[in-house]
Amino acid sequence: MSLATFELPEPREGALRRLSDVLTRHTRLLTLLLLVPPLLWLGLVYLGSLFVFLGQSIFSIDEFSGTIVREPTTATLLELFRPANYDIVLRTVGIATAVTLLCALIAFPIAYYAARYAGPKVKAAFYLAVMMPLWSSYLVKVYGWKLLLAKEGAIGWFADRLGLGGALEAWLDLPLVGGPSLSVSYTGMVLTFTYLWLPFMILPVQAALERVPPHLIEAAGDLGASPGLVFRTVILPLAMPGVVAGAIFTFSLTLGDYIVPQIIGTSALVLGQAVYTLQGTAGNIPLAAAFSLVPILVMAVFLTVAKRTGAFDAL
Amino acid sequence: MTRAPLSLKIAALGGLAFLHVPLLFILLYCFTTEEKSYAFPPPGFTLKWFGVVWERADIWAAVGLSLKVAALATVIALVLGTLAAGALARARFFGREPVSLLFVLPIALPGIVTGIALRQAFGMMEIPFSVFTIVLGHATFCIVVVYNNAVARLRRLSPSLIEASMDLGADAFQTFRLVVLPNIGTALLAGGMLAFALSFDEVIVTTFTAGQQSTLPIWMLSELIRPRQRPVTNVVAVLVILVTFLPILAAYYLTREGEAVAGSGK
Amino acid sequence: MHLQTSTATPAVRFQGVERHFGHVRAVDGVDLAIAPGEFFAMLGPSGSGKTTCLRLIAGFEQPDAGHIEIFGETVEGLPPYRRAVNTVFQDYALFPHLSVGDNVAYGLKVRGVGRAERDRLAREALAMVKLAGTETRRPSQLSGGQRQRVALARALVVRPKVLLLDEPLGALDLKLREEMQSELKGLQRALGLTFVFVTHDQGEALSMADRVAVFNEGRIVQVGPPEEVYERPATRFVARFVGSANVLEAAQAASLGGAARPSSLRPEKIALLAHGAPAPEGVAVIEARVIDVSYQGPVRRVTAVTEPGLTLAAAVPASAAGVIAGATVRLAVPAAALVPMEGEG
Repeated sequence: MSLATFELPEPREGALRRLSDVLTRHTRLLTLLLLVPPLLWLGLVYLGSLFVFLGQSIFSIDEFSGTIVREPTTATLLELFRPANYDIVLRTVGIATAVTLLCALIAFPIAYYAARYAGPKVKAAFYLAVMMPLWSSYLVKVYGWKLLLAKEGAIGWFADRLGLGGALEAWLDLPLVGGPSLSVSYTGMVLTFTYLWLPFMILPVQAALERVPPHLIEAAGDLGASPGLVFRTVILPLAMPGVVAGAIFTFSLTLGDYIVPQIIGTSALVLGQAVYTLQGTAGNIPLAAAFSLVPILVMAVFLTVAKRTGAFDAL
Repeated sequence: MTRAPLSLKIAALGGLAFLHVPLLFILLYCFTTEEKSYAFPPPGFTLKWFGVVWERADIWAAVGLSLKVAALATVIALVLGTLAAGALARARFFGREPVSLLFVLPIALPGIVTGIALRQAFGMMEIPFSVFTIVLGHATFCIVVVYNNAVARLRRLSPSLIEASMDLGADAFQTFRLVVLPNIGTALLAGGMLAFALSFDEVIVTTFTAGQQSTLPIWMLSELIRPRQRPVTNVVAVLVILVTFLPILAAYYLTREGEAVAGSGK
Repeated sequence: MHLQTSTATPAVRFQGVERHFGHVRAVDGVDLAIAPGEFFAMLGPSGSGKTTCLRLIAGFEQPDAGHIEIFGETVEGLPPYRRAVNTVFQDYALFPHLSVGDNVAYGLKVRGVGRAERDRLAREALAMVKLAGTETRRPSQLSGGQRQRVALARALVVRPKVLLLDEPLGALDLKLREEMQSELKGLQRALGLTFVFVTHDQGEALSMADRVAVFNEGRIVQVGPPEEVYERPATRFVARFVGSANVLEAAQAASLGGAARPSSLRPEKIALLAHGAPAPEGVAVIEARVIDVSYQGPVRRVTAVTEPGLTLAAAVPASAAGVIAGATVRLAVPAAALVPMEGEG
């Protein structure tokens, strides 16, 4: 039992090894060096541009020349509260709320089934079936709904064949949710958004449900609670952080989108469109910046509330 | 484990169908003979649109630009995302929370805000639109994808592995090359693939940073707003699905396998 | 037993070493000299600073104050890869992406040893820990005990001057643990290496080590050969932590014929005396009421309360009759069994 048959060479010395000495001695320096490049990129380039753009919300625009007046004023921010602009904000938040609720409704059974009943194989298949649409092309997905929702499209055809053509007409005749066809209505817009963001809701809800210990559900059942009661008093409260986490995505993504309303929707503007028009054809950067602050503020409030419910653990 | 109630099964499968059926319709419309509307059912079927797409130089130019942008953005995101993950995975320092928030910000904020902000910055610095400006925008939100994948794997990597390496005589660089990199390699590859898919697909930020250049999503957007030959758009859409499908699937299997390996360390 | 002469350069020397984490003084002024070739145990409950001391020797931690030498060489500030010590980690820390052979050869590879040579040395090292032929396997395909041996081979192949073992047997089941104890001991003797190991298991420390350092709250409260630490605990903490002795206050010790000083009394030194039997010379006999008896195989552990309200634990032969809760027994305490404790803490 011996190891004395070989002379161990000394490790090679060099500049790298000496640099390594310094970095292992000063781990803070190492952290700093690692952080500098990404921070330069995101902190300087990205955050810098963001502040410059959003900062212009305290400027105003000269109505006649159309140039930006570089004097601090609250006038532009107050413009948000003009009825026409305020409507845009309310409308967008309303749509985002509807989308979020619909997403939660559709996502829950999928997440619940995957979390509680699916075996490993089925669970993997479910995961892929959710991940694929999540990552596939945004525009392609919007396009798919344009096809389906078109007046001459598949939904109308199936509705007719199933004898629901009348019901569809009646729905479209309703104020607010209706319109000339599904592809030019809030109904179509909400459906498309729901479709786009659904995977973002399924994943956190499933994660939250998987954290519900099965014996907790069994214990509640053993104590004589009916399945409905178990669902309301045990499962739903424990799944709530997941729903809130999902809502962070569905809400914020809807607030910022301007392409879906442009392709599927009514002529009434939503937030994203307002920003797009203002910075483009209208050339009113200060007001565009002011509008951009709205989704950021709404999300900041949302996140603060969400943090209290423990939603971040479900992300 | 008990069996699921039938109603739950139906609701779950129905939800999944909702996620996938629209994509099938895109495939169906590739073969329609009707090019002026989305009439259902298609009046006839043809393969000619595949030939038309093959001949269209504008589409292939857009594909080329998209691939180039995605590749460059992915490389930048891989470097910066890995550095950031290395710094933040275990370190505890004042300001750690705001810094990690900063990495998430580009996907947390609406794309339109990022887009306009970058466009304004380019304008102020008098940088003309180019491949570089698109890449810059894309890399900004791709970093977080790589970062998330790398951080998750680094946190699962037992710190004693790094200590063991140094204990056995390896310096910091040898440890990175021989122990850290092999253990996070698949996570980086997966992150890179997702970043690639994300960039290949991106339209909102690109709208503001591309100028007159046309990536594939920009081309598609213009077709969506003012449709010309509708089935051509369908063929391109199917192409996009395929191009993004493969890296995503690969990324999924890479991270799964990686978990199995990392989980067996003890 | 190894000699601890002060003339030889110690393998490891600590002088007033401190290590703080925030406000916690994990290591709070430790002085220590480990002799070359010694099997040295650092024993203590979790959070007592023993593991931090091990990490200070390895170089994973740097002291906030004090001085550390390894074979006379000052090592503060030296990174782990510049120290002639190697560690067997508690979780073994085998590289999951490398084969068993490459794991063992890792330290040779980073020193630039050629492929053929390092494969040969890795084979030898694996044979030494009785794992010949496992070179191409993955760590995940080995059992816990086998992984432990790979970790040992990997550390030994680069021929450290001091081998550090962090709770080396903690993750093994009882039978394997006993096997590894004697194997580690044999290996240490055969190689003539200095072994420093950390454990919270007093049995392990007593049976394997040449000397034991007992840690409490960042300090060493007693160092010495196992017999000394067990027989003559210096403080209440050592008395209770090592072999859970009875701790008597000065007056109580005096009443039993001992010195009027706080003293320890090992349960196995207390005997049962039949009713009516005379008390031998130099033995105090007291009556006590049994409040608890637990059967532990060879012995029964009896907890009894005496009339003045002193609770004593005694380990008596399992065959002892009539010892049940509620019974009154006569306890015989030899005055020599009362060991005064000098130290505080």
